[in-house]
Amino acid sequence: MSSAARGAGAGGVLAAFLRWREASIILVGVLLTLYFQAANDNFLSSDNLQTLSQFIAASAIIACGEIMLLICGEIDLSAGHVFALSPFLMHFANAAGAPIVPSLLLALVAAAGIGLVNGLITVKLKVPSFVTTLGTLYLLNGFTLTVSHGSPVDTGGSPGFANIMGASGYAEISWAFAIVLVMHFVLRQTRWGLHTIAAGGNLIGAAEAGIDVGRIKIGNFMLTSVLAGFTGIIEAFRIGSTDPLAGGTPIMFLAVAAGVIGGTPLAGGSGTILGGLVGAIVLGVLRDGFTLQGINAFTFDMILGGAILVAMISNIHLGRFGRGRAS
Amino acid sequence: MTTLLRATDITRQFGSVTALDGVSLHLEPGEILGILGDNGAGKSTLMKILTGYQPPSSGQIWIDGAEVALRSVDHARSLGIECVYQDLALVNGLSVTHNLFLNREILRGFPPFMLDNPAMRRRAREILDDIGVNIPSVDLEVERLSGGQRQAIAVARAVGSAARILLLDEPLAAMGARESALIIDLIQRLKGRGDMAIIMIMHNYAQTLEIADRIMLMQHGTVTYEGRAAETSVSELMEIVRRGYRAARSA
Repeated sequence: MSSAARGAGAGGVLAAFLRWREASIILVGVLLTLYFQAANDNFLSSDNLQTLSQFIAASAIIACGEIMLLICGEIDLSAGHVFALSPFLMHFANAAGAPIVPSLLLALVAAAGIGLVNGLITVKLKVPSFVTTLGTLYLLNGFTLTVSHGSPVDTGGSPGFANIMGASGYAEISWAFAIVLVMHFVLRQTRWGLHTIAAGGNLIGAAEAGIDVGRIKIGNFMLTSVLAGFTGIIEAFRIGSTDPLAGGTPIMFLAVAAGVIGGTPLAGGSGTILGGLVGAIVLGVLRDGFTLQGINAFTFDMILGGAILVAMISNIHLGRFGRGRAS
Repeated sequence: MTTLLRATDITRQFGSVTALDGVSLHLEPGEILGILGDNGAGKSTLMKILTGYQPPSSGQIWIDGAEVALRSVDHARSLGIECVYQDLALVNGLSVTHNLFLNREILRGFPPFMLDNPAMRRRAREILDDIGVNIPSVDLEVERLSGGQRQAIAVARAVGSAARILLLDEPLAAMGARESALIIDLIQRLKGRGDMAIIMIMHNYAQTLEIADRIMLMQHGTVTYEGRAAETSVSELMEIVRRGYRAARSA
């Protein structure tokens, strides 16, 4: 094999590193961090790390759901609008007299219900998920704007609870790390993860082996909605106010981008949760780093687009090199 | 010994089309039955009936001397009938181990939903060693294996689930000589165990005569030849096929 021939000395170490799926994107992340720290001493200061962590957390959590969906061959475009709706549902339940914790749980159950609808329409009525969730995206957006009358509300909850949920410095990123770890475990070490990969890798083969692929897909739609709803809620606690225009398609696409940059192909059948976290970190570093340098939002989008292309091109080709595949 | 599988007078109609017209077969333990025939001869329909994928319009099936109505693929599987399809139901991105145990995963006692990967890896090694399949590592993703190795993994999966009647759909299709030899060896070793029987759907007459104990030739939904492989020649079969076509054309 060509990889064995190439695998001598330093080349072998490089090949071994690149064989690790998340390797190339970690490398990119480290280089970017070094660059921004060199360009601005404050980049790695604790104040900025806190800001950076807030850039990362939301997209990292939602990416966990989107990655599971991408692996089983689906996508959820409506996640960003579940993000916007969920804190309002919590707010209304709370305003109607329910304590904050049951209100929060109620909002998550509602989010799961939205995921269930996305999943049922996609699986049972055989509408491609891209179209299903495009429909629910607009539905949810309109609904959120209607019930909120288009204006923000206070998030509520006691200061202590708000701190745990996201208001204190590193609360949000702690949630993100915990969820990423759990989801990494689910993907790599449980039947659910294995069957998710099987459903995306060979739908007919998986069904032939007796796997209920519809159940797997619907479950992952529900999971994604719950994660998106939860992210919306902790963002609302962090900011202290619940905005009907929060989240939306930008946060959804940022999460999908984090997954894809991290090494999860859109084609399904494989993927990595840890890669999604690294992807979210790289996107966060880019945004925060350029913000520190005073580059405006328009430029940032151009850089983000370029970064997605570069990351994908290098992922496909470096990955192939690392795996010893010539063609 | 009791006949492992017996099917009598199997007929299957699709509207006005008769795909199978009174087909009978029997299969003894330790035997390899090769079913030959061109496209449209009814081989696949017969296969689907024997795997429980669809019921026959009429006819009976016995397993171990007891009559059964195969209700579903799962039902047929619970009776020990496993099929390895040509398109291989393997998942490319998963390891050999995970493919072997797909939907039959070994789980840890606690937490209850957690995969016991070391146990599955060990058992995968055992299954593959047992039937003499040689691959570098059970951790390899199957997309990195050759066609013959993949076919072997698919067969191993069927065998690993305690199959007694193994149906192989074109097991040598699109395979080079070396790859074919690998699968032929595997089939012979499975036969050597004596407790299972194999039905192979085949296109290549010479290969079938070499591997199978008994041959069935199907044309237009009926069996037009049945005999021991050792007493059958390719030219004899070709002559029957030609006669069948002439009869079909003049009919």
